Amino acid sequence: MHEELIIAGFGGQGVLLIGQMIAYAGLAENKHVLWMPAYGPETRGGFANCTVMVSDKELYSPVTTSPSSVIVMNLPSLDKFERSVEEGGLIVVNKSLVNREVFRGDIDKVVVPATEIATELGNVKAANMVALGAYIERRKTVKFETLINLLPKIFKGKEKLIPLNEKALIQGAEFVKNL
Amino acid sequence: MGEKVLMKGNEAIGEAAVSAGCRHFFGYPITPQSELPAYLAKKMPLVGGVFLQAESEISAINMVYGAACAGVRVMTSSSSPGVSLKQEGISYLAGAELPVLVCNVQRAGPGLGTIQPSQADYFQAVKGGGHGDYRLITLSPSSVQEIIDLIRLGFDLADKYKTPAMFLADGMLGQLMEPVDLGEYKSEIKEKPWALSGCEGRAKNTVTSIWINPEEMERHNIHLQEKYAEIKKNEQRWENFHFDDEAEFLVVAHGSMARIAKSAVIKAREEGIKASLIRPITLWPFPENAFSSLKSLKKILVVEMNMGQMVEDVRLVVNGRIPVEFFGRAGGMFPTVEQTLGKIRGLIK
Repeated sequence: MHEELIIAGFGGQGVLLIGQMIAYAGLAENKHVLWMPAYGPETRGGFANCTVMVSDKELYSPVTTSPSSVIVMNLPSLDKFERSVEEGGLIVVNKSLVNREVFRGDIDKVVVPATEIATELGNVKAANMVALGAYIERRKTVKFETLINLLPKIFKGKEKLIPLNEKALIQGAEFVKNL
Repeated sequence: MGEKVLMKGNEAIGEAAVSAGCRHFFGYPITPQSELPAYLAKKMPLVGGVFLQAESEISAINMVYGAACAGVRVMTSSSSPGVSLKQEGISYLAGAELPVLVCNVQRAGPGLGTIQPSQADYFQAVKGGGHGDYRLITLSPSSVQEIIDLIRLGFDLADKYKTPAMFLADGMLGQLMEPVDLGEYKSEIKEKPWALSGCEGRAKNTVTSIWINPEEMERHNIHLQEKYAEIKKNEQRWENFHFDDEAEFLVVAHGSMARIAKSAVIKAREEGIKASLIRPITLWPFPENAFSSLKSLKKILVVEMNMGQMVEDVRLVVNGRIPVEFFGRAGGMFPTVEQTLGKIRGLIK
């Protein structure tokens, strides 16, 4: 197993956080992991993306130009990263904020209305968790239970957010199961 | 083996410094290393240490000078333009033989440049960024685990040789998050009888970098050079990667760049190219011993995140025995795995 994932969206959509969750989960499963944010001069807003790698083998280059999977939370991110996905790879698209089709015909596509699902659950900010749930259900990079078990650590001091985020993860996974 | 935790490179520098017994930090914020002072601002008060954000890089390096005189483990950090500002102080530290650790999480230059990663301060670190005949022990980490190990080593070597050491990372490593094993580390800090610890019941100690009499100044220079020769003899460190008796092509890269180059070497080997890699860990002393036998090598490729700096040291040590080629990118851009692989393929022609 060797996964090179890029997660991209607007700053504030929580793309860095779900990337870190995958890295923490991979570590909990004794895999080689790394996480690296693309950083810019902005303190808030703008575009955010990070690279996550999870592998059975030792990891060398922390940067990839041909990721095996990409999660895009908005249209500019789809425009930027669609072409880079490795042939046979996966793209997860937040349909709620992307008003076009995925052009690539040689990759697996999961198109999920993450922002809508999160809004229905009561908090638009949980769209990242919906996308994460959908991604993990399709790609199985780490076990779903490992992610759920991480929530108390991720939301330490904000425990009241755990049930919402757990529901969002489950809804994302359920959406993919029902495709 | 302890439990592994995920840590960002910049935070790992701070954590490792504290574990190495550093209780004094003076700095001034600059991207891409600001997580480091932020981490120490929280951590130092918890361990009875001092964190002080100075009004500038220049005052920070002079505070470091003062603390080092008192005999404590002390560190400062910055990124490229800020490290340029510290150069006067670093020269004074070298002249006064004060053990300190200076971290440079490099960004692209020259000038104010940009905040993206770079290795363009190699010359500044290893050839003497300040004035006078001095050298800095210069350590280049390649992973977050190695950040932990080399920060601890940096303090130990600085103390052992009574000399400032430079920890040369870059923005990519500073931002990178990886698992680390902090281990059961216990720093052994030796007594510093030369320190200005309050002159009671002993002879007066003097720490200075001024020697008005040229005969004395020359004697001091000779003493420094003898010390540097000793460091050069004892402290060369490097990693061999697939560098065996059959290797035909050798890539030389350090730090983040070595990570990318290793991926390219693995791909080249999958194509049947007998590629290998040497990763200098000490940039000064440059690991000359790594190149004592070139074995079956036909060509060397040096890859850097700059326009060609370490390649000069590789050419010096190879001394014309085989061709040494260079590939680099600058300004916050860096060679990709594919580009590096392309250059390795090009060596065959």
